[in-house]
Amino acid sequence: MGKKRILEIRRISFCYGKIRALDNLSMTIEPGKFYGIVGPNGCGKTTLLDLLIRNKTPESGTIRYSGREIKEYKRKRLAREIALVPQDFYINFPFTVREIVLMGRHPHIPRFASPSAKDVSIVDEIMEKMEIDGFKEKYVTELSGGEKQRVVFARAFAQDTPVLILDEGTSNMDIQYTLKTLDMAAESVRMKKRTVIAALHNLNLAAAFCDNVVFMKAGRIMSQGNVDDALNEQNIKDVFQVDSKVYFDGYSNSKQVVYKRRTQA
Amino acid sequence: MVKHIRFGASPGLQTLFLIFLLVVVIVLSTGMGYIKISPTQVIEVVFARITGISNLLKGIDSVFPYVIIDVRLPRILTSAIVGAGLSIAGVIFQGILLNPLADPYTLGISAGAAFGASIALVLDMTFLGIYSVPLFAFLGAVATLFAVMFLSSSDGQTSSNNLILSGIIVAAILSAGISFIKYVADEQVSIIIFWLMGSFGSKTWTDVFLTFFCVSTGFLICLFFARDLNIISLGDRSASSLGIETTRVRVTLLVTASLITAVCVSVSGIIGFVGLIIPHLMRFFVGPDNNRLIPASALVGATLLLCADTITRAVLPTEVPIGVLTALIGGPFFCYIFKKRRIIKTYG
Repeated sequence: MGKKRILEIRRISFCYGKIRALDNLSMTIEPGKFYGIVGPNGCGKTTLLDLLIRNKTPESGTIRYSGREIKEYKRKRLAREIALVPQDFYINFPFTVREIVLMGRHPHIPRFASPSAKDVSIVDEIMEKMEIDGFKEKYVTELSGGEKQRVVFARAFAQDTPVLILDEGTSNMDIQYTLKTLDMAAESVRMKKRTVIAALHNLNLAAAFCDNVVFMKAGRIMSQGNVDDALNEQNIKDVFQVDSKVYFDGYSNSKQVVYKRRTQA
Repeated sequence: MVKHIRFGASPGLQTLFLIFLLVVVIVLSTGMGYIKISPTQVIEVVFARITGISNLLKGIDSVFPYVIIDVRLPRILTSAIVGAGLSIAGVIFQGILLNPLADPYTLGISAGAAFGASIALVLDMTFLGIYSVPLFAFLGAVATLFAVMFLSSSDGQTSSNNLILSGIIVAAILSAGISFIKYVADEQVSIIIFWLMGSFGSKTWTDVFLTFFCVSTGFLICLFFARDLNIISLGDRSASSLGIETTRVRVTLLVTASLITAVCVSVSGIIGFVGLIIPHLMRFFVGPDNNRLIPASALVGATLLLCADTITRAVLPTEVPIGVLTALIGGPFFCYIFKKRRIIKTYG
């Protein structure tokens, strides 16, 4: 029981009208780990993440962050603890890339203050790391989907929070930037004891980056645990109804999943 | 590569320049009209009135102070304040509804005001003197705002699509009501139509102070939430994850912008296009950061609506309703900006 917990989710439920999106779900998140949440479309992943950033409030149950219920936090305070890379990231007005990344510092800047030298240096450093400093004065409205997502990712990094939530945060990036970006997230977990909670569709990415995987289906957790144990053929079959083979791959130094087509050609 | 059209000037310098421009236009337009008065004389008369030094008035036609202080300045200042108010409201509505087509009238405020005014006009209400029509217009606008907010809210959230749809529905019902009132109005119908097209004729200092108080209070509230509004343009989920109380900020700004609009409409009638075009125009020049966009839009909106009112008052041979003029000048200009902005791809 002596384990540290950063997020404690206790028996939460959430409905959209009559459709139950989350059903009495409980889960504990430990600091310093990379969590992957996998499951079919509409299984409640995004709803769960929405509740964690308090964009929605659960109908029943509690979510505690560092021992205190998140609804007791001031929103700006909570934004210094938990950052989000959302699934939808359209930006409606022609802000420059730099302006968007600087918005990540918003929770750290008092209302009538300008960004401090520290804020500016954090933003510049992140833009360089994410390799978006080459187009930092461009308008976000004219970037490609993948570029825009890297900007949004940089904004979440600039928020500099103990917990980072990724809702399909790399879905529009090419493989080069997907690996680079997730590596940056994984490095922050390893080096700074940060916590990452990522909803992922690509099970091989989950295998390569996550410490823990959580299988969700119909608003419940079907199975969770260490990636080496939990990521197996049976769980994939249970959740996705897909036949697969899971094996350890020496080249990538991680588990790999390959699938079988429903009807063989 | 994209051409950068944004002004590089510092925000302070830019604001000072725009204030200077507005003051120049106010002085020049005060001198224009049936009785021509030179800018220096205008300044002397105003200065004399403010300081109470009557020596300055020596050698100036004794009718000038009356023309400047009692006739022209109230109208000129009201039109400038209304221009500023409509532009601020336009920035806010576009920012909150995340819709470039939004303007101060999107939520049916204008239809509500028009309906209220029509009722006052057709029933010939005069119990409050000249303020009966503005008061009814204001009540109509506020009632419409609450009806639209009530219609669009579900479980404590107000989505922009719901708001726009509710606004359109309520406005459609009210328009039918206005048509009916016009139909039964007989002789009053021309007065109603004239009111609907907007005018700054016969404004008083009371109008000036009233609009100035409301618009400047609203301006400060909007400026207070300017940074939150920037972040809301990233979408609700991102905004909440960045620490913005999205619903609270939305509702506060929506009510503020609507009340600014209601006050403007009730003193001047319905003046279209200002609240739609000025925010677009200024976003083009100063960028979408609301800390700069709101003051810049307010100042330029004031200047341009004053210019338009001066054209109809002092340049054209007969007075054209200001609402018609702004649409006639603003419409084609908007087409030009719209086309150009598409080529430069400043917007998504």
